[in-house]
Amino acid sequence: MSLHRRDVVQTLLADRGGLLVVAGLGSTAWDCTAAGDHDLTFPLWGAMGCAAVMGLGLALAQPKRRVLVITGDGEMLMGLGSLATIGVRKPANLSVVVIDNERYGETGMQATHTAGGVDLAAMARAAGFASGVLVRDAAGVSALRKAVHEADGPNFAQVKVAAEKVPLVLPPREGVLLKNRFRAALLGAGAALE
Amino acid sequence: MNAPLPAAADWPLAVHQVLLQHRIGVVGYVPDAGHKRLIELCQADARMRCVVLSTEEEGIGLAAGAWLGGARSVLLMQSSGVGNIINALGMVHECRFPLTILVTMRGENGEFNPWQVPMGQATGEVLRAMGTVVHRVDAAADVAGQVDASLRIAHGSYCAAAVLIGQRLIGIKSFQEQANQ
Repeated sequence: MSLHRRDVVQTLLADRGGLLVVAGLGSTAWDCTAAGDHDLTFPLWGAMGCAAVMGLGLALAQPKRRVLVITGDGEMLMGLGSLATIGVRKPANLSVVVIDNERYGETGMQATHTAGGVDLAAMARAAGFASGVLVRDAAGVSALRKAVHEADGPNFAQVKVAAEKVPLVLPPREGVLLKNRFRAALLGAGAALE
Repeated sequence: MNAPLPAAADWPLAVHQVLLQHRIGVVGYVPDAGHKRLIELCQADARMRCVVLSTEEEGIGLAAGAWLGGARSVLLMQSSGVGNIINALGMVHECRFPLTILVTMRGENGEFNPWQVPMGQATGEVLRAMGTVVHRVDAAADVAGQVDASLRIAHGSYCAAAVLIGQRLIGIKSFQEQANQ
């Protein structure tokens, strides 16, 4: 039985504690918002291909916090080089989770390369990630949630989910608002005045 | 042969000092011959976390993430690399992320490789079109001052700023010299 994207993201973000989250543009940003809009989630509305490496920047700046990037297969495919960049830099506090429906969900559900067999988890392992797993069931999602909070990374997971249309749940759109609320929640109210 | 360079000629050392004064904690780069010494100075400095990028576009994401986490960063790239960051600069503009990019120029001033010329000639225009404040330097003695000015405007005005370091200053790449090395 297929996993559903909203259930997966809900589980990953449950009791998130101090987790810092970057959500890749499109469906994964809506999934994160459906799980609860949060000051410490930075949803991307553009910059396709940059989600994972934004997680790297955040992980380097905040080495004592856990950082989670949740993005889609299409978004990850646009930034494959960043797997190598992260694999070489090896931030122990970073996890990258790809919600893989094998489709470009926002543009008409066209097939991505993962539908054609591209194995992102194997690519992450080959690039030097501490782990790169393919997740297909609820037990795997539970184990992944634990790894996101505890395992030495960089961790990578490719979670296969059903190719289904789900209701839009949109986060705020304005970039300055998203930036300032994130920094204020993480660094204190004075951060906006820096 | 290893005698100290005159201060003006050793602009990378002066730039490194400016980066420290501005508390730059993350340095992202795609190597360029013109940035060789500055990269080495940053790599040797434990206060800076250096990140080798597979493409310049990653640097924009890296810098944005670092700023969300409270760290200041700088990106080093060649003029051809500016072509790889255009769409990502849209995020910098929309979110008003402070960002400083040091660009070593190719494709001008006696360039040997014709494939470098189109992007080199368009670099400043492309950056400006995406909302970046552009400074240009053609004398070694001016580089550190312009880097300082760029860091000030980027962080003071929440914008992207670039310093274009002219090819006349860096020297024209000589394939013959490279072959002889």
